[in-house]
Amino acid sequence: MSSAALTAVGNVRVTQARVFVSEWTKLRSLRSTMWSLFAAVVLGIGLPCLFAAVTSSHWNHMSPHEQANRHPLDIALAGVNIAQLAIGVLGVLVISGEYSTGMIRATMSAVPRRLPVLWAKAADFALVTFVLMLPTVLIAFFASQSIVDHIPQLKTSLSASGVFRAELGGALYLTVLGVMCLALGAIVRNTAGGIALFAGIFFVIPPLMNILPSSWNNAISPYLPDAAGRDVFSLTTGSHDLGHWAGFALFCGYTVLALAIAGVLLKRRDV
Amino acid sequence: MIEARGLTKDYGEKRAVDNLTFAVKPGVVTGFLGPNGSGKSTTMRLALGLDRPTGGSITVNGKPYREHAAPLHEAGALLEARSVHTGRSAYNHLLALAQTHGIPRRRVDDLVEMVGLREVARKRVGQFSLGMGQRLGIASALLGDPQTLLLDEPVNGLDPEGIHWIRNLLKSLAAEGRTVFVSSHLMSEMSLTADHLIVIGRGKLIADLPVDEFVRRASKKLVRVRSPQARELRGLLEGPDVLVTGDGTTIEISGLTSEQVGEAAAENRIVLHELAPQQASLEEAFMELTREDVEFHAGVPEAERAVA
Repeated sequence: MSSAALTAVGNVRVTQARVFVSEWTKLRSLRSTMWSLFAAVVLGIGLPCLFAAVTSSHWNHMSPHEQANRHPLDIALAGVNIAQLAIGVLGVLVISGEYSTGMIRATMSAVPRRLPVLWAKAADFALVTFVLMLPTVLIAFFASQSIVDHIPQLKTSLSASGVFRAELGGALYLTVLGVMCLALGAIVRNTAGGIALFAGIFFVIPPLMNILPSSWNNAISPYLPDAAGRDVFSLTTGSHDLGHWAGFALFCGYTVLALAIAGVLLKRRDV
Repeated sequence: MIEARGLTKDYGEKRAVDNLTFAVKPGVVTGFLGPNGSGKSTTMRLALGLDRPTGGSITVNGKPYREHAAPLHEAGALLEARSVHTGRSAYNHLLALAQTHGIPRRRVDDLVEMVGLREVARKRVGQFSLGMGQRLGIASALLGDPQTLLLDEPVNGLDPEGIHWIRNLLKSLAAEGRTVFVSSHLMSEMSLTADHLIVIGRGKLIADLPVDEFVRRASKKLVRVRSPQARELRGLLEGPDVLVTGDGTTIEISGLTSEQVGEAAAENRIVLHELAPQQASLEEAFMELTREDVEFHAGVPEAERAVA
């Protein structure tokens, strides 16, 4: 077959919408995506159910003080803590995988203006994460509620004060976290480095704050990405915390900043 | 059409491309030749906007590559380094690239067929052989029906049938009026496909000329003669511009054409058993031309090189 016999390309040009479709194809066509998202859904639902089952079977052996400290939302949203690991790692991989395999050269040859690729990747990944994680946290809520059905103190409903906001917040937190990790991956362009940065920001720095004098810790900790992001899915906020939506807004701000740095670097560096 | 003007690229301290000026014209296959590490791949990356020049400029079809509205329709590239995600299937790889431009899905199907990957198109690229990878690279280069093609060492890893296929493909693409720019470190390969040559060494332009002229200019004129009267002939021919080597009945003469040697022998009634003009092989011509510019020599000590 000669090149003349091929289907004509027609009137072609690069648009942001087309890059969005292309990035969706890339995202869905890798096993690592499927496994990570599958893990996020299964763990996001499974862990709350496990906690609910354990709590329910031990309930009668718990002290009244311990019982009073249990809140049904802590159980329902326990999955967010584990799902964030899968979402964060996948966020890094979405871009670092292109660098490690060399795919980035094909990508940037097709879209040499570069930035549309970053926006499309972030938008695609955010959309997929939110669309999957909102049902995940809701299913986890209803499933864990049905397991603790016989314990009146652990019963709540979506219409109770702050519950729906926290559920929605769990999905929003994971979505924005995924985008932030994508930006981190774009900045360091390396899987191991991106995951290390993610782990450092979300799992290493927060506990280190406890070493500081408590006045320092209280002044700094609420502004860290991890704590700020968590405000949106915690039922109550402490006196030092920023408030549900203020904290989330700051978390989004950090993410926008990371994306902006990634964008500037993407534009300036050699591929 | 590809045009480089004073193109320069530094990586840290090292100058990979040094003040290159050349034009690659449509309708012919232009070979881009140079030893390994001479800056061929860097030049191609600069043409595609993957790297930014330190100085000068390079344009594709009249504009810097990144300024085109449909880059894949302007230039298609096969880069030397693999540019495919190993976890994705060949089909999805091509589809994702096609979608950035709104290229129809049927063209992806056609290309998969054309490069002979139909049976493995749904397999992950990580399982591909080098040759299959090159075929996928060719398919992605042709995806946007580009006016200009940049192919970095396209025959690498291909079997003889694949090499033959690439040669014919390059020629037919050029015959369609496209600009075809193909790099290689093998002169023999270029002599079979290219019409024009751009030769670089250590990032600098060494030659920019038609292939046959390159061969003519680079090869030393040498005539081999076998004669029972070789000694006599030698005495007749030797002069300030003529060097004769060899002893016994076979000698090699440089500085004269075979016609001149034959006529001189006839005038002096010297019997010749053999009179053969020696064409230096293309590979020799290429090595001669780039000897000074090879980045790494195998096992030749510095002192010896200086003498050579």
